[in-house]
Amino acid sequence: MSDIAIKVENLSKLYRLGEVGTGTMSQDLNRWWASVRGKEDPFATIGETNDRTKKGSSNYVWSLKDVNFEVKQGEVLGIIGRNGAGKSTLLKILSKITAPTTGSIKVNGRIASLLEVGTGFHPELTGRENIFLNGAILGMSKTEIRSKFDEIVDFSGVERYIDTPVKRYSSGMYVRLAFAVSAFLEPEILIVDEVLAVGDAEFQKKCLGRMKDVSRNDGRTILFVSHSMAAVKNICTTGLLMQNGQVSFGGTSDEVVDYYIANFLNFNSDTKIQITDAHRTNRNLSRFIEYKSIEFVNPVDNNLYSIDDDIVIAVRFTSKVDKESFRLAFSICKMDESAVGTFFSEEALSIKKGQEKEFSITIKNHQLAKGQYYFDLSVGIGNELTGTTDYDVISKTLFFEIAYKDRLKTQMMTLWHSEWGSMNFQEVELKAV
Amino acid sequence: MDTTNVVSKPEQTYVDANVQDDNWTEVIQPRTRLLDLGLADVWRYRDLVMLFVRRDFVSTYKQTVLGPIWFFIQPLLTTITYVVIFGNVAQLSTDGLPMMVFYLSGITIWNYFAQTLTNTSTVFRDNAGMFGKVYFPRLTMPLSIVLSNLVRFAIQFGLFIVVWLYYLLKGDSGIHPNWLVLLTPLLVVVMGLMSLGLGMIFSAMTTKYRDLAMLLAFGVQLLMYATPVIYPLSSITGKYRYLILANPMTSIVETFRYAFLGSGTFDWAYLAYSVAFTLVILLLGTIIFNRVQKSFTDTV
Repeated sequence: MSDIAIKVENLSKLYRLGEVGTGTMSQDLNRWWASVRGKEDPFATIGETNDRTKKGSSNYVWSLKDVNFEVKQGEVLGIIGRNGAGKSTLLKILSKITAPTTGSIKVNGRIASLLEVGTGFHPELTGRENIFLNGAILGMSKTEIRSKFDEIVDFSGVERYIDTPVKRYSSGMYVRLAFAVSAFLEPEILIVDEVLAVGDAEFQKKCLGRMKDVSRNDGRTILFVSHSMAAVKNICTTGLLMQNGQVSFGGTSDEVVDYYIANFLNFNSDTKIQITDAHRTNRNLSRFIEYKSIEFVNPVDNNLYSIDDDIVIAVRFTSKVDKESFRLAFSICKMDESAVGTFFSEEALSIKKGQEKEFSITIKNHQLAKGQYYFDLSVGIGNELTGTTDYDVISKTLFFEIAYKDRLKTQMMTLWHSEWGSMNFQEVELKAV
Repeated sequence: MDTTNVVSKPEQTYVDANVQDDNWTEVIQPRTRLLDLGLADVWRYRDLVMLFVRRDFVSTYKQTVLGPIWFFIQPLLTTITYVVIFGNVAQLSTDGLPMMVFYLSGITIWNYFAQTLTNTSTVFRDNAGMFGKVYFPRLTMPLSIVLSNLVRFAIQFGLFIVVWLYYLLKGDSGIHPNWLVLLTPLLVVVMGLMSLGLGMIFSAMTTKYRDLAMLLAFGVQLLMYATPVIYPLSSITGKYRYLILANPMTSIVETFRYAFLGSGTFDWAYLAYSVAFTLVILLLGTIIFNRVQKSFTDTV
């Protein structure tokens, strides 16, 4: 008996872009005619690799192309990559939601996948009824669910509301209950897609802990897709980096995350950036007000700042509308794409239609620890208290490094362990009492 | 990003010397064999089918005052409407039977067929969200619809029996039930499977061609007029009779009526035709449905 849990061989998936529906009938007939004569699908040959930043010449695109890898039993594999690298497609095929175009996946053991928590929850049904329904959808039998029912309710912490229809639940309770059902799935192979990006911090910790337990103690195989490099490093044993529908790097999770950070999140010391679509991860925003450029005011060599420096940037917007009050927000992120902190301005900015306006942002006493960082920015209305609506969000704009201990830049900081976090507190009072 | 600085590809880092190809629990491939219907898989998920049935039943009548009584009201009001319009205004023949029981028998049967067909035909579209997130045998969904409608049918059939007993005991109403009543379970099964088969074909096709959904919506309505629901088959003569006999639902409705009411057209040949039609449609439907379920999320 081999110890391979999943073996993926030459897996490819072809997607058709644009409208489905126009011309499908004639293409279906063409395809059928080709298959009758024993020829290849005439449309499959013209596909291109999946690079969404370039405009392709054909309507077909290979979302996955000749993907090969193996997962050993008990391995926790983290799959990372940019948006559109083919991670989700891979998960969908593994979960049997859609079939591959060519290639095969051989599986040893029962697979359960969590691409979403609470699939099939019906708002009119009570928590109790939904546990059974959701459990059955995920592949558990009634007896199995009944035997775990108390544990599930306990884990979710919504015992009091268990006989209330879930439409009356708060969104937090809903997610807790939904995750709880999934957490007690016991397949040999578990496929998880960023479901952990839900719920409050305490609950997220509980979920991560549960996943760790499952893999360590029960020796289950887990495939975990995430944007959180920290989570991948923390939970996974091995990693896989996807790029344009292909596997570009595989190894231990630490190796893969480091490789990703080194090769994909290139630190650069540009001091002024014209904003393009490449900075926009979400292109469906209204962009009533949009970013034009961002730059460091009084740039320093190689964007190396000291602990005592103020960091000053200037941003430039244009507007398509008259707006009396809006706000901007920025986050400072670490190279593993996790945010260190976020600032929301007052909704006190204004702009006229067609106007181009510049604002400067001064960050005083930043308290950031030694390391490399970059800015994500947004513009819109609302804040952390009221909920936000963004007009434009730009990511990975200016990069900078905190390197010196003193303002005069004579003393480099030499040591900062990653487990110390990314804040180096400056204003702390310590005295005997 | 250029791919020349790729350090190693994972397939090169593993050596798989002793992998036996026949030990896999499951192999995911582009296509399966035509007759691989995955029925064992459906059986494994039988609890899910029952939970879907329960969900449909409970969710339909939550927050209604009358609850399942609506199951009675709907056929009753329809019957009364037919009595007024087709019976009294248009004065269509009812084979000498009391109008209430004549129309109700047709409506009870037809409702089950029509409802199941319309519900199953939108399975893929209605559940695209759920189907796109988790795998379970897709066949469980149409199966659960057939069953939940069966619950509904059972209740409406109960209503029919009450009305039927009323006329039977009153006497002198021309109702003569016979031993063919024993065929009722067969009729229900055939009808259920026929609507399941047709529904699966339609649901599979509508994932790509939405036009069919429009067609079906009024097609079912029109089909009722090609089925002896509001008139007896005996009142149709000439070339149209063949057209109506070609409708596989005709013999179901007529047999049901003949068995319970004693007037109508019954012929083993007609019934055999319906059964054969059902089997063919069911097989075809399952094959097409299974084909489409593998990749419908790409097109729906």
